[in-house]
Amino acid sequence: MGELTTSAIQIHDLVKVFQGRQEVRAVDSIDLDVQDGEIFGLLGPNGAGKTTTIGACTTRIRPTKGQITINGVDVLQDPAHARQFIGVVPQQNTLDRSCNAFENVYYHCRFFGMASGEATQRATQLLTEFKLNERAQAMPYALSGGMAQRLQIARAIAHRPRVLFLDEPTAGLDPQSRLAVWELVRGLRRQGITVLMTTHYMEEADQLCDRVAIIDHGKILVNGTPAELKQRVGGQTMMEIHVANVSPELSERLGNVAGISSVESMPNGFRLWTTGRDGLLPKVLEAMHGCDLRDVSVKEPTLETVFIRLTGRELRD
Amino acid sequence: MTDLAVSMPRAGRGKSLWWSSFIGLILRDVRVLRRDFIPFVIRTGMNPLLFVFVFTYVFPKIGQGFSSANGTSFGTVLLPGLISVSIMFQGIAAVAMPLSVEFSATGEIYDRVMSPLPVAGVAIEKVVFSALQSVLAAVIVFPMVVLIPSTPVHFAIHDWPLLVSVVILASLASGAMGLVIGTAIQPQQIGLIFGVVVVPVTFLGCVYYPWFLLHHVRWLQYLVLINPIVYMSEGLRAALTPDVPHMPVWAVLGALTLSTALLGWWGVRGFLKRVVS
Ligand SMILES: Nc1ncnc2c1ncn2[C@@H]1O[C@H](COP(=O)(O)OP(=O)(O)OP(=O)(O)O)[C@@H](O)[C@H]1O
Ligand SMILES: [Mg+2]
Repeated sequence: MGELTTSAIQIHDLVKVFQGRQEVRAVDSIDLDVQDGEIFGLLGPNGAGKTTTIGACTTRIRPTKGQITINGVDVLQDPAHARQFIGVVPQQNTLDRSCNAFENVYYHCRFFGMASGEATQRATQLLTEFKLNERAQAMPYALSGGMAQRLQIARAIAHRPRVLFLDEPTAGLDPQSRLAVWELVRGLRRQGITVLMTTHYMEEADQLCDRVAIIDHGKILVNGTPAELKQRVGGQTMMEIHVANVSPELSERLGNVAGISSVESMPNGFRLWTTGRDGLLPKVLEAMHGCDLRDVSVKEPTLETVFIRLTGRELRD
Repeated sequence: MTDLAVSMPRAGRGKSLWWSSFIGLILRDVRVLRRDFIPFVIRTGMNPLLFVFVFTYVFPKIGQGFSSANGTSFGTVLLPGLISVSIMFQGIAAVAMPLSVEFSATGEIYDRVMSPLPVAGVAIEKVVFSALQSVLAAVIVFPMVVLIPSTPVHFAIHDWPLLVSVVILASLASGAMGLVIGTAIQPQQIGLIFGVVVVPVTFLGCVYYPWFLLHHVRWLQYLVLINPIVYMSEGLRAALTPDVPHMPVWAVLGALTLSTALLGWWGVRGFLKRVVS
């Protein structure tokens, strides 16, 4: 590779349409540039197209249209070569059920051309680093969810890939195991591995990722650092009010309250967007006078409020 | 965390890596087979063991023994037949059954599919390893079918190259057949395979009778020609028990080569469809 590429992953105009009884436009023209050494998050609800995007990057899914390069290698032209630079932890547990923990990593190394001694050394080292050395002889069914996930990550990086794809790496894990996985991922970045991960936990995207793209219905809605994205909603706080009867007059009355920048109607109430909430609540309640108020909640700017702002929907339904 | 610096995989790039990757896949399968060696021997040996025991040991002793018109003992007819069944069965056991589970239920296959060789290589490895397992099965079954019968079993290996070619081609064809089946079925349909594939191809595979004698039932003699097991049995007959009438060698080798190529092509195509959508 003569020229220096700073993008670990470049996705251009990626489209994937699944043919079948029902045609599904799973990915609808995605453009993405992931820089060397960053942790990039794809945040989106179920069915948004996250797994499909990862599948296309990892040669598992043939795009309907578009280009993808990883580490400068064209994934569509030369998938076998591209796989040298790719590590994947899929959404489902794909550990080899016929091999123990050590062998899962060891044979993975062999698949990537390492000789026996080197593969043994690498597997031993990774199991130690991932705190799995005591379970080296355990078969996958005997591992806890958190251990299995650590083993999957160890295996995925065993051949020293440049780019690691993690599809919902913490789904179904308890909070402690989730933190352990976050720590591992941060460790990988320190070693210079680029990480592209998907998640539908906004805290995960917020705390772990350097940059985040919010994806919905196969399209990227916004893309930036978590701070930038929160800035996108103007650093606004969201207030949700549930009432018995939603009326246009009420909406107008709320919109006239000083400090409220916009009002969105929902079937069961209103969403108010505001910059400062000091002293706002009494004013809102005053405007609501005479209504059957059911519930009030206040949310500081988070990636979730960004998502709601962009789509009008909650991230998790 | 030390010594984890990102670096290129050592074994080189591109095509030179394909071969080491392929060997890695074989080594993984060898490891799994070694762990399951006893079940493998039982699974492989039980059918031929009981078959020769009942039909060629017990039957003659209780006065129910049968032999062909030309005086060939049943044991002599069965020798090549049972070996060919064992070879064929490995294709189902070593490829079809594990693959159907690894595709859909567990997705285990995907770590191997992510290896740095063309995806077809992963499918071909399955066929090659299945073939190795078939050869091993033939070696396990051979002494049983020779030693157990109470009536004499006449075999003579005059043509080693023929024997070796038939065994290798039959083993590859079986692996390819397993690949076709494994990529076509869902795990919950495995039971069906025995009824729909294993039983018919065995009973209509010239295992228990030589093809030549089917001339009494002409239509059947032609019909069974679509069954690859026929050529495995007849090829082994030509190589092991040449005194029993058998198909011409050119027909056997030609048909086995063709079966391997067609089933292999079909199976690899099915494999690619399953793993790359
Ligand atoms: N093999 C397939 N055949 C047909 N449709 C598919 C296939 N794979 C995915 N889809 C559809 O494509 C859309 C995107 O799916 P995808 O798995 O990429 O979503 P996701 O963002 O990963 O969701 P989740 O959070 O549930 O994992 C969905 O509507 C899904 O039904
Ligand atoms: Mg998904």
